[in-house]
Amino acid sequence: MRLPEGGRIDRTKPLRFTVDDIEYTGCAGDTLASAMIANGLLEVAPSAYRQRPRGIFAAGVDEPNALVQLDDPMQLATTTELVDGLAAILLSGKGRLIDTPDPTRYDKRNVHCDVLVVGGGPAGVAAALTAGRTGARVILADEQNELGGGLLTENRLLDWLADAVDELDALDETRILTGTTAFGYYDQNFVALAEKHRLWHVRAKRVVLATGAHERPLVFVDNDLPGIMLSSAVRQYVNRYAALPGENIVVATTNDAAYGTAFDLATRVSTIVDSRPEPPRELVRRAQELGIEVLAGAHVQQALGTRRIGGVRVGDRQIACDLLAVSGGWSPAVHLFSQSQGKIRYDERVAAFVADKSVQEQHIVGAANAVYDLAGCLREGFRAGLEAAKRTGFDGSLPEAPYAATETVAPPTPVWFVDGPEDRQFVDLQRDATVADVRRATGAGMRSVEHVKRYTTIGTAHDQGKTAGFAAIGVITQLLGAEAPQGTTTYRPPYTPVSFALLAGRDRGELHDPVRMTPMHDWHVRNGALFENVGQWKRPWYYPRPGEDRKTAVLRECRAARTSVAVMDASTLGKIDIQGPDAGEFLNRMYTNAFAKLKVGHCRYGLLCRPDGMVFDDGVVMRVAENRFLATTTTGNAAAVLDWFEEWSQTEWPDLKVWFTSVTEQWATIAVVGPQARTVLSIVAPDVDCSAESFEFMTFRDVRLADGTPARIARVSFSGELAFEINVDGRHGAEVWNAVMATGLPTPYGTETMHVLRAEKGYVIVGQDTDGTVTPQDLGMEWIVSPRKDFVGKRSYRRPDAVRPDRKQLVGLLPVDPEDLLPEGAQLIAPDTSLAQPVPMLGHVTSSYHSAALERTFALALVKGGRQLIGQTVLAPLRDRTIAATVTEPIFYDPEGTRRDG
Amino acid sequence: MLLIPCPWCGDRDETEFHYGGQAGVPYPERPADLSDEDWGRYLFVRDNPKGRFEERWSHSAGCRRWFSIVRDTVSNEIVR
Repeated sequence: MRLPEGGRIDRTKPLRFTVDDIEYTGCAGDTLASAMIANGLLEVAPSAYRQRPRGIFAAGVDEPNALVQLDDPMQLATTTELVDGLAAILLSGKGRLIDTPDPTRYDKRNVHCDVLVVGGGPAGVAAALTAGRTGARVILADEQNELGGGLLTENRLLDWLADAVDELDALDETRILTGTTAFGYYDQNFVALAEKHRLWHVRAKRVVLATGAHERPLVFVDNDLPGIMLSSAVRQYVNRYAALPGENIVVATTNDAAYGTAFDLATRVSTIVDSRPEPPRELVRRAQELGIEVLAGAHVQQALGTRRIGGVRVGDRQIACDLLAVSGGWSPAVHLFSQSQGKIRYDERVAAFVADKSVQEQHIVGAANAVYDLAGCLREGFRAGLEAAKRTGFDGSLPEAPYAATETVAPPTPVWFVDGPEDRQFVDLQRDATVADVRRATGAGMRSVEHVKRYTTIGTAHDQGKTAGFAAIGVITQLLGAEAPQGTTTYRPPYTPVSFALLAGRDRGELHDPVRMTPMHDWHVRNGALFENVGQWKRPWYYPRPGEDRKTAVLRECRAARTSVAVMDASTLGKIDIQGPDAGEFLNRMYTNAFAKLKVGHCRYGLLCRPDGMVFDDGVVMRVAENRFLATTTTGNAAAVLDWFEEWSQTEWPDLKVWFTSVTEQWATIAVVGPQARTVLSIVAPDVDCSAESFEFMTFRDVRLADGTPARIARVSFSGELAFEINVDGRHGAEVWNAVMATGLPTPYGTETMHVLRAEKGYVIVGQDTDGTVTPQDLGMEWIVSPRKDFVGKRSYRRPDAVRPDRKQLVGLLPVDPEDLLPEGAQLIAPDTSLAQPVPMLGHVTSSYHSAALERTFALALVKGGRQLIGQTVLAPLRDRTIAATVTEPIFYDPEGTRRDG
Repeated sequence: MLLIPCPWCGDRDETEFHYGGQAGVPYPERPADLSDEDWGRYLFVRDNPKGRFEERWSHSAGCRRWFSIVRDTVSNEIVR
């Protein structure tokens, strides 16, 4: 019920909401849970596994039971701010993913600060005050929608709090983030904060952790009945929200804290059951003054009732009640501390794991540091805030602390579980896991809490063991007869669940990854190209005409290149400008073949290998001037090759004078391919003599095109046909492409046709026909490996592994049925191989196509000892049939190279 | 996410860098003279200490310079 006065809710602003379609009214300032309690609604959906009745148990992120489906799946009623029209459906442990796109725009912010304070309770506010006053840049983040933490629960120092918040608000360099959870603490004080629609990446010079503590449950028979609630939650509902969860209350505790709850609710509390034989005298005296009976050295054995608690059994006594407030002690919230690699240890004095040693630049204060009296929390907060600011170069002084009575907190006497049916003593309410389950785990020989967790699933539900974790540790300790708890499970991010939508931010759909487009992209789109992603590049794949499927379109494009003329946008090839007097020597050391003596104006195909001798990349290198080369790389490897060059020049040969610049996007490249390529050139570049005698293969020249555009034309070929590559400034790419197309002669072709044409000639694609385990010799490319000079990887070709006769070698395959297309990736076996697993594999198909020139299918493959098998048959067993193919030389078209000069 | 001190650009987030493995493993002066075993050791064998480790990084999304730092592999503290 709603109390007539008190609380921080606004009774003048009623809010309507529904739970399971029944309408209720709450107030501004309520959470869904407090509004439910104010409406007498304590019971929630039954438990997920045993369908036992459950009720609201906590008041914050540690809530195990009160799960609801809102617009977002699986939210906690206790952390959901009440808004008008809220519609909640109670959930039994499991939510339902929403199958419509989330239209909300989520954002990310990257910020730096001097001091990040996590937690806005008294210690955190105190720390932010002393740090903020120095002028340091401070961020104070708290998961709740209002600063104050425990002060709001306990109704203490509210005037001081209001003044502090006003002062923090007024500080220019201090930012308060409420409703913002620090959920991940990574290296070098990188902390991730989740605001409702905004993800904050904070890099802080110092961090003050004032994350508070979690109250622990008590384990006894039927301890899951609705009407059993953490004592701090009861206090919070009453003091902060004026929502009374019960009229006739028993308090069961192992420590001092629950007395505060009892005192605040004095007239409605009949009994305090304290596990300690001698509770602090002052507390007992105060209770008696208020008419509350204190049972010392006692504990609740069983909760009585069916759908709601009706009483408790303590020893031989039965005490009637409609609400049981429990406190099994406190666990400092060391989650973030532990994520930051801080070491924790068990402290007997407070019966909890506490922060021991920091690894990062941080402080841990207040209840998070197992300091539970208000004066102590303030003192630690003020000091840590000032110290943190000083460490970052600011200065200030300690303020006078507001008055808070000095309290001594007496040590708790933990009770881990009681005598009685163990399968009704719940350790993890979300997983319906009991003492009996833990006993099965320890009975099976498990000792570590990590193992017990995985065996019992305790602590694996949505709250990740915020209430259950320590209860389980206690039960294990007692079952094993150990003196003290041995350790915790590992704390990992996120501290509370974070939605994928928030993590993704705007990096969704088209913005998921940058898209790179060539200057001619619009033309390709207008002319119906389908695109292929190559790294971040969009490359035309093929250009289907109306009614054409891929096979038909590609065969047509291939025919055009082989019989007339075709053009391809080759702008995506990586290009690296290499300059310096030692550029030639550098390339000599990197490539398997020689470059130092390459003549200016000439090009050479080169192969790059790793030190282990495996092929890494390939491309044509042009010598532009005595001290200047332009190296091309594969489209996907451009950045890696640049990094590779930088690495060797900087770390191994800093004495070589050579420098590298990526110029991939500065050039647009148009490959004009086919017997009629010269006709196109004669129109586009009429001043250039393209005859075979004058313009030799593997040379280039800098010219002007018909309209005066400067261009570099190279006679290189990746198809075996006569071909020219026109390179122009990227800004002229579109217009030069248009000029080429305006000749009316060429057919545009895409990457698929390019792949077919090169495969017909046996040219490999690094990364398709190679996979990082293939040497030049495996590819039959001994001719490109210089026997005279040294280069990176050369020594590896003498390793025993490099000369094994059963290395996989590149071969061609011709399916026996010329219409059969081998799937790329298909495994190959020898004839008569048994298909009993494991099947001995010979190798696999790396490239496979229909060929217009051959009028049949063909493939390239890597096959063990493949060159010895030429002329023999191998099999590709597929799911529903087997394809037989003949092993051939990996060159299918014009092996003599007669077509190169047109 | 590590905060890595680039000697040229200052402290930057780890996402700007490429990792380069153990520092101080030079390319052998004369690979041809090495035994298979020694060459294999150069290719494949690196230290993997628990504790301080001198390693190489490249500020690939920044100044593109290579440099070495000493990192504690347990705490990820960058010592130097």
